[in-house]
Amino acid sequence: MNWLNTILLFGAAFLAVFWEAAFSGLRRVLGAQIDFLPALMVYAGLCAGLPTIALLAAWGGLCLDSLSANPLGISIVPLFLAGLAVYSSRELLLRDQPFAQVVLGLAASAGVSLLTLLLLLTTGHTPLLGWGTLWQLAVTSAGGALVTPACFILFDWLHQSLNHRRAAETSFRADREIRRGRG
Amino acid sequence: MLKRPTYIVVSLVVLLTLIVLNLPSHTKGRLKLGIGSLFLPLLGLAGSSQHFTGAMVDRVAPPRGELLRQNEAMSREIQGLRFEKLEASALSRENARLRQLLGWQAQQPRKHKLASVVLRDPSNWWRSIQIDLGSRDGIGANQAVVSPEGALVGRTSFVGLTRSQVVLLGDPNCHVAALVENESRDNGVIGASGPMDSGFVELGYLSRNADLKPGQLVKTSGLGGIFPKDILIGQIVDTQPIEYGFGTVARVKLAVNLDALEEVWVVEGQ
Repeated sequence: MNWLNTILLFGAAFLAVFWEAAFSGLRRVLGAQIDFLPALMVYAGLCAGLPTIALLAAWGGLCLDSLSANPLGISIVPLFLAGLAVYSSRELLLRDQPFAQVVLGLAASAGVSLLTLLLLLTTGHTPLLGWGTLWQLAVTSAGGALVTPACFILFDWLHQSLNHRRAAETSFRADREIRRGRG
Repeated sequence: MLKRPTYIVVSLVVLLTLIVLNLPSHTKGRLKLGIGSLFLPLLGLAGSSQHFTGAMVDRVAPPRGELLRQNEAMSREIQGLRFEKLEASALSRENARLRQLLGWQAQQPRKHKLASVVLRDPSNWWRSIQIDLGSRDGIGANQAVVSPEGALVGRTSFVGLTRSQVVLLGDPNCHVAALVENESRDNGVIGASGPMDSGFVELGYLSRNADLKPGQLVKTSGLGGIFPKDILIGQIVDTQPIEYGFGTVARVKLAVNLDALEEVWVVEGQ
């Protein structure tokens, strides 16, 4: 992954947090806001290096907490752990399969939500909790599952559009050239 | 098995998190507002997109006849409001004169500042919004925030230079001393609600003999010093005994739709 992709990833995290804070249509309909950051962490876990994953978790977590009533920094570790889990087993994962992307997005979204909740409770905060929390977790996980393949499609398209295309291999080989004439 | 660089990165992330979480609260607040201010250019974009949407809606506005009817109805309403304003100012003068005769201290009229709601809490664990007024506009922490209709919305918490965070009713960090408009004037405290019921809150700390009936109005009691007295909160929906009948808790339907807030008033001078 080159520096342009890393910048795109950071920009996407920034815009994702802004979208979550500025547009609440889905929240009104479904009763919960969908979080895009776990999907981005899945993409980063499969396609980026560990420093990028750590920086993305820190950047996304700080952006999210700055617009939320969350204690600042509480979202960093859950996001990083989601990215790390994908990164540490990425040789075993079928990166290009949409089904694998959906499952990873589902697991990452659920994991990040539960870990954040656990950290909030551990640090002595009292978030909104009730039976409705189960529905919110289901919506967040399902949303993350749907967003993850979209994330891969978007970044693959951006990658193709903004990077140099790999030169196509020609069938020319110098040792098989038929030399004609007398020279 | 994780490799050594992985351990280093994990340690760095955990260290960063611990440092940020353990910063002094005012430093954390400033850092929060500093990072949040990176979104300011996008707020303008969101505002202009809303204007664009409004313009698109105007294009498919109701026909001229409907607009004329609405205009006429509004003109009548304005005339009525003007008359009520005259009456109110006469009553206010009379009230001031009587207070002077009795030697009561005159009440200071509350000042309000209109603010637009620019962002909502992106996480599902809290109920808060961000408004476009900050310390530059004279806003401070713990000021009451009411809807355009005058119903209580919440209170300001973090205040930045140009924007502030408002914790809404039903958030675990927003407790309001309230009283029920009945004969016994029962006092209680509005606390957190469920994660899905943004239209309802719980009124707790009521005595077991509280004479509560559905439909009774709930207003701020003025106790606690944050919320001025007599701001409408909502009305009682139902009650149930708690703690083996030693107390009562009531469900209150809020007078304001917290999901549809676009503008709010920040109450000054408390």
